[in-house]
Amino acid sequence: MSVSEQTATAPAGAVPEGAAHVPHDATTPAHHTSTGLSHEKLAMWLFLGSECLLFGGLISTFLLYRTREVTAGPPVGDIYDIPFTSVSSFVLLMSSLTMVLALSAIQRADHRRARTWLLTTALLGSTFVAGQVYEFTTFVHEGLGYTTNLQGSAFYTLTGFHGVHVTLGILMLLSLFVMSLRGRLPAGKAETVEIVGLYWHFVDIVWIIIFTLVYLIPA
Amino acid sequence: MSEQTTAQVEHEEYEAQTEHGGHDHPGERTYVGIAVILAVLTAAEVATYYFEDQLGGLLVPSLIIMMIVKFFLVVAWFMHLRFDSNLFTRMFVSGLFLAIGVYVAALATFRFFT
Repeated sequence: MSVSEQTATAPAGAVPEGAAHVPHDATTPAHHTSTGLSHEKLAMWLFLGSECLLFGGLISTFLLYRTREVTAGPPVGDIYDIPFTSVSSFVLLMSSLTMVLALSAIQRADHRRARTWLLTTALLGSTFVAGQVYEFTTFVHEGLGYTTNLQGSAFYTLTGFHGVHVTLGILMLLSLFVMSLRGRLPAGKAETVEIVGLYWHFVDIVWIIIFTLVYLIPA
Repeated sequence: MSEQTTAQVEHEEYEAQTEHGGHDHPGERTYVGIAVILAVLTAAEVATYYFEDQLGGLLVPSLIIMMIVKFFLVVAWFMHLRFDSNLFTRMFVSGLFLAIGVYVAALATFRFFT
């Protein structure tokens, strides 16, 4: 029995969530676009490509100022708490796993599990942001404010921009969670979860670079 | 219709929509395997912090290699670039290489590498 037949024979009022559906697969002929690909997904990849330039600029600026002598306040490299940041990094890395598990669950139409993984991802992201707020607070107490020296300005701008990206990602994840609760996220809309996932994983790979170049490699 | 039947219909519909495209995403076991590799690499990265003196000249190259491997694993497996259309890869890689080119040139101008 075809899917449309199954839907047609379902009892009144029991139309599955996936009935009004947006095709998922980017390579599926169901995408009636000039490229045959999902334009939403294409737009997200284009956006992520442009984000490389944004973060590239911020990372380069930090690397440049890190080698300059500081005239006031402590050098940022002297006040890093590597064990603490390592745990934060690990938390963000594992949130990428929970994100793909959420996508996998929604593709199987396992909505309960998808909601669990979406919420877990948002919680892990929130833990990372909370860790960043704690780190900033500690640095300020150590005498490194936003305008204390160029290193500090570059550091706060880079990691702050990343933190804002994570926060936006959390809001997107919570929106998906609410949509799912209201039954507006059927398996047919798995691509929406995939696109939010692309953004989330991008935020993760940016942190992979920041963690190595900013925290682990000595100045 | 029970929740289980609804889910089954939804899943079958999803399968029907994707069967032509060969959208062959990996299974959950593979995702967990990739996450374990990422965790091990992160642990190795953190370990270099405690063995900075012993590693000497190897410190920076090893950190860069581990960073690239982690980056590749997330992009290829979690972001599915390994399984999706090449056009997505080209979009992302264009931005990435443009950024690397522009900022390596900018850093070189400021004598960062000397």
